[in-house]
Amino acid sequence: MAVARTRSVTLVGVTGRTVEVEADVGNGMAGIHLIGLPDTALSEARERVRSAVVNSRYPWPDARITVSLFPASLPKRGSQFDLAIAVAILGAAGFVPAERVAGPFFLGELGLDGRLRPVRGVLPAVLGAAEHPEVTVVVPAANAAEAALVPDVKVVPVADLRQLVEWLRRGDDPPRHPVQDAPSPPRSAAVPTVDLADVVGQPVARRALEVCAAGNHNLWMLGPPGTGKTLLAERLPTLLPRLHLDHALEVTAIHSVAGVLPPDSPTIDRPPFVSPHHTATAAAIIGGGSTVVRPGAVSLAHRGVLFMDEAPEFPRHVLDSLRQPLESGKVTVARSAGSVTFPARFILVLAANPCPCAQPQDQSGGCQCTPTLRRRYLGRLSGPLLDRIDMKVTVARSSRRELMADRQFVETSATVAARVLLARERAAARFDGTPWRTNAEIPSSALHTRFRPSEAAMKPITTCLDSGTLSARGLDRVVRVAWTLTDLAGKDRPDEAETSAALALWLGMSG
Amino acid sequence: MAARNELGRHGEQLAAAYLQAEGMTIIERNWRCRYGEIDIIAEDGPNLVVVEVKTRSSSSHGTALESVRPAKLARLRVLAARWLAGQPRVFAGVRVDVIALERFAGDFSLRHVRGAS
Repeated sequence: MAVARTRSVTLVGVTGRTVEVEADVGNGMAGIHLIGLPDTALSEARERVRSAVVNSRYPWPDARITVSLFPASLPKRGSQFDLAIAVAILGAAGFVPAERVAGPFFLGELGLDGRLRPVRGVLPAVLGAAEHPEVTVVVPAANAAEAALVPDVKVVPVADLRQLVEWLRRGDDPPRHPVQDAPSPPRSAAVPTVDLADVVGQPVARRALEVCAAGNHNLWMLGPPGTGKTLLAERLPTLLPRLHLDHALEVTAIHSVAGVLPPDSPTIDRPPFVSPHHTATAAAIIGGGSTVVRPGAVSLAHRGVLFMDEAPEFPRHVLDSLRQPLESGKVTVARSAGSVTFPARFILVLAANPCPCAQPQDQSGGCQCTPTLRRRYLGRLSGPLLDRIDMKVTVARSSRRELMADRQFVETSATVAARVLLARERAAARFDGTPWRTNAEIPSSALHTRFRPSEAAMKPITTCLDSGTLSARGLDRVVRVAWTLTDLAGKDRPDEAETSAALALWLGMSG
Repeated sequence: MAARNELGRHGEQLAAAYLQAEGMTIIERNWRCRYGEIDIIAEDGPNLVVVEVKTRSSSSHGTALESVRPAKLARLRVLAARWLAGQPRVFAGVRVDVIALERFAGDFSLRHVRGAS
């Protein structure tokens, strides 16, 4: 009888790809056939779409219905095609004008009563649709705020199938929907409840944290329990500035795909803080899944902080799987369904106890661990991984007097964050015309040409390189930290003071 | 029960008349064996046509057409083979058709699916 065509979007990683949905209502035994590599959730669309159409009081065509999803070779999954399938069938059956359904993109899962349910990954899907010019996207009303983040796209939020069909039949005025004028009032009020001023007695670690925030450097904290390693790491996000809009969209897209976007806040504009438990598998950290490849902790921490408490307790292969994202800022997960690349540029913060028993090692004789045991424990953090850590600090237990003395030096997060912001702005001004924004992103080639410190300043580093205590990569990292120290000091180029300080931080001697 | 049989018989009557109007020759009606029943066996040119007639008084419990499932069609093919086994004649081909009738405002609507699969 008739064919109608419409469009939807499938997600490959965090990239949206256009999928054409065609429905053919024709002669043959009554039934619905879905073709084009659907997964289980998508195959069940048959039942959902039928019930939704019937319960919205539209006639279900008593004929052979073939629904095909193009490109046929691309595996499609999930329930977000329900709406496109329903609209294509109604268009083919002639209940809505076929030419009205051809243009827009349709996203959404249908309830059996015809209600439109929210789906995950709307932001990246709409971003994918936005590659076409002058596009209209129909989304579930619950996802409207998320979809509206994408510029130059006409978003039509609908609550149920009836509302949509009325709109398609009637003409061009979009359906009435609950107006969301102010999508963002309460979201940032609740965020910073922790403050750097809570941590007393660790001046060196606090300084390291500041450097870490200013240049997006990685940090390792070694020290006995109760000295404030976790406390410090949790306060790192309070030192980081809000995300720029483009970064916020990236982060929100990843969280949307993972389905962990908080429902009340459409954008994540604060750097995320992700702290996986040490029993996490490689798939949980890197990303994985058998058919649907989901982003892991490294991607959820994109543009934010990945904190691994009790780092030596993590399985060794999990720790070593961090090496690729640490170097390239992205992670590629290969599965039978295809390989997917997720962005993963994060600040890595590792915390470790010096030995498994974690008893004090002073004269009181608490720690019974043998030197071999202790070496083996920290040896789980492999050399190549530690080579990628820009700063290593030792946090020691403080005496009462030290705590009292330090109390007058503690600064609030706001004070430190202001300095961090200033330093980051200096760095950004220096990188004007390049894609980099922080010192950690400077590629090695630029580090040795445009951003090479003077020979005098390089001297302590080259000495270490010659003696073999520093690798070539280590040298790059030390120079990057030196630049950040320069930015924090408000200077134009690093001097020997900055390079030696950076070297001390790299070698872990400033404790 | 009687009303239902009555409805079905009436539907088959209508279907047979329809098939004849379409130029087919009815060979046999309600042929039974221990495996089941063929509603209408007809001849369409060189082909043998096995017809399943489904009649519904309304579509409130699903339509007549969609109530014929692939398993039923497969059984009809088996029955066609058994019927042919007892025949001396040879046909160029065998086809399974479905005729779906629904009562609608005192009259019947009829849909004919040729070569159902």
